[in-house]
Amino acid sequence: MEATQCCGIAGLMSDPALAKDELWRRIAVAIPYLWLLVFFLAPFAIILKISLADPVLALPPYSPSFDSDGSPAMSLNNFSFLLSDKLYAITYLRSVAMALVTTLLCLLLGFPMAYGIARASTATRNLLLLLIVLPFWISFLLRVYAWMGLLNNYGVVNNLLIWLGVIDQPLQIMYTDFATAIGLVYSYLPFMILPLYASLERMDLDLVDAAQDLGATRSRAFWDITWPLAKPGTIAGCLLVFIPAMGEYVIPYLLGGPDSLFIGRVLFDEFYSNRDWPLASAVAIVLLMLLVVPIVLLQRAQARNKEQSA
Amino acid sequence: MTHFIRIKGISKRFGDFTAVDNVDLDIEQGELFSILGGSGCGKTTLLRMLAGFEIPSSGKIEIDGVDVTHQAPYDRPVNMMFQSYAVFPHMNVAKNVAYGLRKEGVRRTETTKRVDEMLELVQLTELKHRKPDQLSGGQRQRVALARALIKRPKVLLLDEPLAALDKKLRERTQFELMNIQDELGITFVVVTHDQEEAMTLSGRIAVMDKGQFQQVGTPKEIYEFPNNRFVADFIGTINTFEGVVTVVGDEEIQVYSDEAGESLTALGRQLVEVGQTIEIAVRPEKIFVSKDKPDNDDVCIEGVVDDLGYLGNRSLYRIRLGSGKIVQVSSQNRRRSVRRFLEWEDKVWLSWRPRSAVVLLD
Amino acid sequence: MKSQSRFILSVLSFGYAFLYIPLISVVVYSFNDSRLATVWGGFSTRWYGELFRNEQIIDALLLSLKIAVTSATLATLLGTMSGFVLARFGRFKGRTLFSGMITSPMVMPEVITGLSLLLLFVTLQQLTGWPGQRGFSTITIAHTTFSMAYVAVIVQSRLVAMDESLEEAAMDLGGRPLRVVFDITLPLIAPAMIAGWLLSFTLSLDDLVIASFVSGPGSTTLPMLIFSKVKLGVSPDINALASIIIAAVSLGVAIAWLITRRKPAAS
Repeated sequence: MEATQCCGIAGLMSDPALAKDELWRRIAVAIPYLWLLVFFLAPFAIILKISLADPVLALPPYSPSFDSDGSPAMSLNNFSFLLSDKLYAITYLRSVAMALVTTLLCLLLGFPMAYGIARASTATRNLLLLLIVLPFWISFLLRVYAWMGLLNNYGVVNNLLIWLGVIDQPLQIMYTDFATAIGLVYSYLPFMILPLYASLERMDLDLVDAAQDLGATRSRAFWDITWPLAKPGTIAGCLLVFIPAMGEYVIPYLLGGPDSLFIGRVLFDEFYSNRDWPLASAVAIVLLMLLVVPIVLLQRAQARNKEQSA
Repeated sequence: MTHFIRIKGISKRFGDFTAVDNVDLDIEQGELFSILGGSGCGKTTLLRMLAGFEIPSSGKIEIDGVDVTHQAPYDRPVNMMFQSYAVFPHMNVAKNVAYGLRKEGVRRTETTKRVDEMLELVQLTELKHRKPDQLSGGQRQRVALARALIKRPKVLLLDEPLAALDKKLRERTQFELMNIQDELGITFVVVTHDQEEAMTLSGRIAVMDKGQFQQVGTPKEIYEFPNNRFVADFIGTINTFEGVVTVVGDEEIQVYSDEAGESLTALGRQLVEVGQTIEIAVRPEKIFVSKDKPDNDDVCIEGVVDDLGYLGNRSLYRIRLGSGKIVQVSSQNRRRSVRRFLEWEDKVWLSWRPRSAVVLLD
Repeated sequence: MKSQSRFILSVLSFGYAFLYIPLISVVVYSFNDSRLATVWGGFSTRWYGELFRNEQIIDALLLSLKIAVTSATLATLLGTMSGFVLARFGRFKGRTLFSGMITSPMVMPEVITGLSLLLLFVTLQQLTGWPGQRGFSTITIAHTTFSMAYVAVIVQSRLVAMDESLEEAAMDLGGRPLRVVFDITLPLIAPAMIAGWLLSFTLSLDDLVIASFVSGPGSTTLPMLIFSKVKLGVSPDINALASIIIAAVSLGVAIAWLITRRKPAAS
């Protein structure tokens, strides 16, 4: 292979002799970079700072990080409180568990769907994909609201079951973890299907047929040929569901009820109801630490995907 | 008189890998010059350095007396025809061809005139308003050519110009390119992996391997007097015999070869000494094959037909010598006959004129 | 082979039904005469009428639209620049950080993004006096920040897939790098930029959590309004609103699909 060429317009601009064009390159990098530093990165530093403060009855409601004589006045009170209070531990665990269950269900439902779409003819495929994406363009809040109508005691599901004679009394589905799970799977299913589809699209149907022709059973053909192809998409899809699902607020609130123990909800409540900014910040920091590993994995997986398809 | 293009000591390194290794080359004005080599030999990197898309790690490039080594592609009097043609898909043919002139600031009226002239030269006048996705590959190539030539560059670089064309179109385009080049007098530098293309198109060829030039010369020089094994093997097919020098004459030498089991004569090209081990090379078409032993002074070796192939205009034979060595012979089918001239396992005699074999310098 | 197809087919049908039944039920019940939104009381369009008379909803809608258009446009600008940096600028100091920052907002839980931005705005107010009143500007900044990530990824993919020799050819013919970007690159990635704008628009219009954190008194976006109503339970005028949105989006997507089907594929 001929040595790869330098990067086109931008590569040339790094030649010292072309300093004038170098200015444009610097500007093009600087503007988004600065924006992100200020509005994405700096806020995390601030959360950290506030998580090390104490709540005060003032505006803003947290103690300054440095005393008037300049010495640091930070403490780990909030973190030790979090670690000692069993309720928080339970909440974090429940959030992880719910996120895992959601991811699993999305995978179980989404994988066959993505597979089916990838196997369809090109014309059908585009229509099917469009139908997957269409709900995504409709307000997420309204879609969750739709489930409220379906699942409550006078809702469609209960009415149907009573009409069918399966039950006499309406089932309490709303305000349960089950309802939360349904809502989560419903909202995040496209995030699982799309990356999976992108991986499976490259599948060569002839390979699978050839394998079976040579005597492989259906499941062997799947594991040896289809799965390696689908792996990057699966990883991406799982992480794209798991990470945001961990911190979900709206769905647990509306479908699980205002008292359901999920970390997104707890954070919101500490912040608004209790006005305890430092504690809310600490909750956020711990959540972030739990998510750091999946986030890094996702970025690595995405980088690998780009290399593969290039 | 200085040479038109001077490449002096040019190297290009990518990390540990050296793509182009300290090459020197002079190209004259108005030449149609080819750089020939396999993939990975460095020819494309060299071309890109001439165009300005790569900056050499060391060395100098001069065009018409001006040092262009660090000049950006948009400042150089050099234009390139890309392998993928790179015709702008969102502009029609006329706009594509006019692009370079617009960047120069040429007035609209003059631009239109020159675009029309150029489209006539490449025979694309009727397709002036078509978009690239409505053109065939060959037509797109002509757009790319017109687009580059309209700027009247001092040098036109062509990256594998005939690679994507089918055989018939390739032959036609070859001659068209040569005609255009002749008419406009622009210096062309072609990069290709196709030896036939290089041989037909060019006035001179540089054969490149592993970042270095193996030989620079006219097609005839390269073919008839290859410098080394690589060049001999790269262009066409070659038979080589290793042997020990026994006699050194004014123009011819004699070499005893175990493989041939005979003493072979060859054209002496460099200073060789008696007793030296060298390689000589002889092309398949220079070898005569006959059932009877020739009764002249030519070199003459016994062998057996190992394999044969009929190609319409010529026949190819693989002859097995006593030592087991295979010699390839090609002969024109000058006479039409129903029966084959030779059959498998026939005993034959190979011969060639003394000067048909050359010594491979190494 | 057959039973595998049947399995796939049934999963597909179930999946699509799962996705669409809630939407269909919302539309159906928006025509329900009864106030108890899930008990059928007869066909009526009165909720649609009430919707149009509701000033609160109209104000919230207008605010959301203003924010969506502004943040989508800003996000497309910043995101396109970022896409260029990622696709064309090779290695440079700080690239890993940049690349990480670009992709993170897409997956970060909204409560964290919302909280962090609110704390930033509060700190900024302490230090500089701005922003005095949180509302349009703060929400727009927040939306721009997470939307630009999506635009960047879309633009980057398109740039990577584009034949770089097109840009090189333009430079070879005399175009300086910035000129080439405007002459050649931008026209060719325009569809990606448009897709990015539309996506940012939708994300902004739809955002509840982040807007809740960074807005102030007097700036209620549509999702915030809907949420406050919906917290109390199912409500028929919300059903009507939902149906209108469903219809509008479906129409928009159908039109877009028809347009892209008719155009031949660009390079």
